[in-house]
Amino acid sequence: MTANPIVDRYDLTDKIPAPPEHFATVVVGAGPAGCAAALAAAKTTGGPVLLIDEHPVPAAWMGTDVPFVVGGRMTNAVQNPARMIEQLFATNPALEAVFEAGIEVRLGTAAWGLYRNQPGMVTIPQPMLALADAERAYTVGYDRLVLATGARDVMLSFPGWNVPGVIGAQGFYTLAARYDAFAGQRVLIVGTGALALATAQVARDKGLEIAGFVEIADGAETDVAAYGPVHPGTAITGTTTGIDGVTGTTLADGTHIACDTIVMALATSPSVELLLAAGINPGARDDTILLIGDAAATRPDMARLANWSRALGAHAPADTIVCQCEEVTRGDLLGVQPPNYLPRPAAMQARSLATLLNDGPAHPDQIKRLTRAGMGLCQGRRCREQVACLLAQEQGCAPDKIPVASYRPPVRPIPLSILADWQEAEAVVQGWDVWFGIPTQWTPYDIVGTPDEESHVSRVGGYSHV
Amino acid sequence: MSDLVRTEQGPLHAAVVVIGGGVSGLSAAWWLARDGIDVIVLDKGIVGWEASGRNGGGCSHYQSPLFEEEQRLWPQMDELLGYPTEHRPERIIIQRQQHALDHYRQVGAKCREMGWPVDDLDTKQVMELVPFTDETCLGGIHLRFGGHANPQRTVQAYAWALQDLGGRIFQHCPALSIETAGGKVVAVNTPRGRIACDHLVVAAGPQSGQLLAPLGVHFPVTAARAEMIVTEPAPLMKIGGVDGNGLYGRQTLRGNLAFGGGPHEWLDTLPEGPPGRPGSPLVRNLARRVAEMFPRAAGLNVIRSWAGVIENTPDGRPIIDRPSDPGNVTVCTMSGVGFGLSPATGHAIRDLVVEGRVTFAEISKLGLARFANLPTDWRERRGWAPPPALAATEAA
Repeated sequence: MTANPIVDRYDLTDKIPAPPEHFATVVVGAGPAGCAAALAAAKTTGGPVLLIDEHPVPAAWMGTDVPFVVGGRMTNAVQNPARMIEQLFATNPALEAVFEAGIEVRLGTAAWGLYRNQPGMVTIPQPMLALADAERAYTVGYDRLVLATGARDVMLSFPGWNVPGVIGAQGFYTLAARYDAFAGQRVLIVGTGALALATAQVARDKGLEIAGFVEIADGAETDVAAYGPVHPGTAITGTTTGIDGVTGTTLADGTHIACDTIVMALATSPSVELLLAAGINPGARDDTILLIGDAAATRPDMARLANWSRALGAHAPADTIVCQCEEVTRGDLLGVQPPNYLPRPAAMQARSLATLLNDGPAHPDQIKRLTRAGMGLCQGRRCREQVACLLAQEQGCAPDKIPVASYRPPVRPIPLSILADWQEAEAVVQGWDVWFGIPTQWTPYDIVGTPDEESHVSRVGGYSHV
Repeated sequence: MSDLVRTEQGPLHAAVVVIGGGVSGLSAAWWLARDGIDVIVLDKGIVGWEASGRNGGGCSHYQSPLFEEEQRLWPQMDELLGYPTEHRPERIIIQRQQHALDHYRQVGAKCREMGWPVDDLDTKQVMELVPFTDETCLGGIHLRFGGHANPQRTVQAYAWALQDLGGRIFQHCPALSIETAGGKVVAVNTPRGRIACDHLVVAAGPQSGQLLAPLGVHFPVTAARAEMIVTEPAPLMKIGGVDGNGLYGRQTLRGNLAFGGGPHEWLDTLPEGPPGRPGSPLVRNLARRVAEMFPRAAGLNVIRSWAGVIENTPDGRPIIDRPSDPGNVTVCTMSGVGFGLSPATGHAIRDLVVEGRVTFAEISKLGLARFANLPTDWRERRGWAPPPALAATEAA
């Protein structure tokens, strides 16, 4: 109403800078779908197009199974960025066409945040995608965002799944087919569905030995028998290991299978964490954001995963790791016990997921806070389905009724020094306070209401949080 | 689903109903239960889901009249509750700018004046205590009191300790209305039915104002969103409670660096709680300040950020009061500085409910009386109203 509204200098209004670059279309993911979308956008919509892809991902990320679960089975080739880029072009001819079309392509560039206004936030000046490469983080504006971010691995835990050599189907494909940097020789495939079949085809193409397929049902879901022996009606009960990780696996029927790699090929899940972290429902219609390719697929069939979880869980002792980042065991998850650096007095030990559920349905984020499962560097990409299956099992509900554990930006691990804004606006510097910038908040109680109060308030400003 | 919710026999009743399962409400309920008082805590969602579970975990509030009680209680909390809070003693505040260092040296002097030991640190001393920093740090202060704890773990510890004493917690159970008769509160209406009570405690964060208005209690609070970032674990520092350079936060016992600070965004308050807790690109400004404060840790990965919604009173100080009308209601907001003080806050609320006055501290200046003449546009006068774009959206 007033001509000059009073402004709180410490609030966020006008402090988020507009992106220094703007594109008509930004495409995230330079796989076949992303390249096709970038080419189409350049032809039809006009305006500048940016295509980014996080591949080749830094070797350090691979060591932490970001973005795919590669289980340490990469060769030294991944240390050589030039060779990795060559491989990307060699295995994806469309990328060459995108370059030839004059489209701006940035490889080795990850999208870690998507920011736009939403209920509860009006301070974002325009929709922007936050990116980072090995040198810097920055934002780009867009009129239209195309997410061709693919799908991530879905993992379930079994004894020994946390040792090198247990990898996801996407991780296996990336190392073996895309990077030509797979260090294994003999692979055992978990599952017999379409993903297992595709995995077997890649393995055969690459001249790898297929040790077999593990299936909990009485028969194979697809014709994988053409690629190797199928072990139906069983589950993995243990893993034998050597200095380089997996050397074999033991099945419930007592069979031992020698292998150096176990590929989890049950399901993938669309990589939509950018949307989820921005509070955007991937299923909702949106005029400025388009999901394509594997990223547009539906969530994995949670009921099927729950069956696998139960079958594997029947043979998983309490010390089986569920969350690799935080080394949370199955027993501690079900017991909602704190990490082992904290004490567990009697009252704590008497608590469990079962007692917690007396208070109402559990949320994976609550379990995360108590047990740390899903609180690590991978933001629960390796354990969220397993955690959801266990919560559902304890709660006696369908696993798709369990809320999705939250994703938060940055959805890729970014070093502090890279993420930092080293050129921040003066408004941010001037409008920065440790807390709310309310000087009276920190006035020592004894001088509140005394003649000293005013001078104290003016002296300390807001800057005195302890 | 139905068998998850405890089915109550007959009409629901508790001596005290507490609205709000945050740290203040849960601590109050726990204190009451320790006296054998029958308590029900209502929460619209899961305990500690708002600001109580999303904060820096500091426990060193020299400005508060509850400070001495805060300091007395924290070292005992694990034992008193029976569950780990991850409490660790002492704090260090370091600075890279002279004016900030001078300022915190004054804070240190004030604490010493109050009888609490604080050491002034020079660059070399800081580098010995805080291995992630370097010569760019000008110095700091070392509070040989206070400390920090894990907010999420502490909230659940209160909740469990309360249950162990027979207290009940109704999650996913918002207070829909408060029923009065004869000038007293007699019940709270909830989705699980009417809960009769002899006394009501309202500690519902930003929602407290709307809940109390129909009782004729003007409870001025308004909420804003603030953000924090978290790194991957780093080797443990001897004292994890290190902050400064415009940041608050701590190194967790797992090793993560968790720090917040900087601009906030004022919000409208909805009865059902915030529509979300979005993050903003402010994470980059936070990352910069952490990297500056800890140059030797600047290569650590940031692995997530989070945001919380926090209410403030017009002067940023708590309200802990038992208004004369209706006479059986106790109200509390800690105005954005509630986690660390919570052991003492609960004690104060217990005293107000049971004794009608706080027995261990003088807190009269935290009463509602100070806002008796507050203008209705107090938010606008401070620039604390949500930005117009949001107001317009909501009006539409």
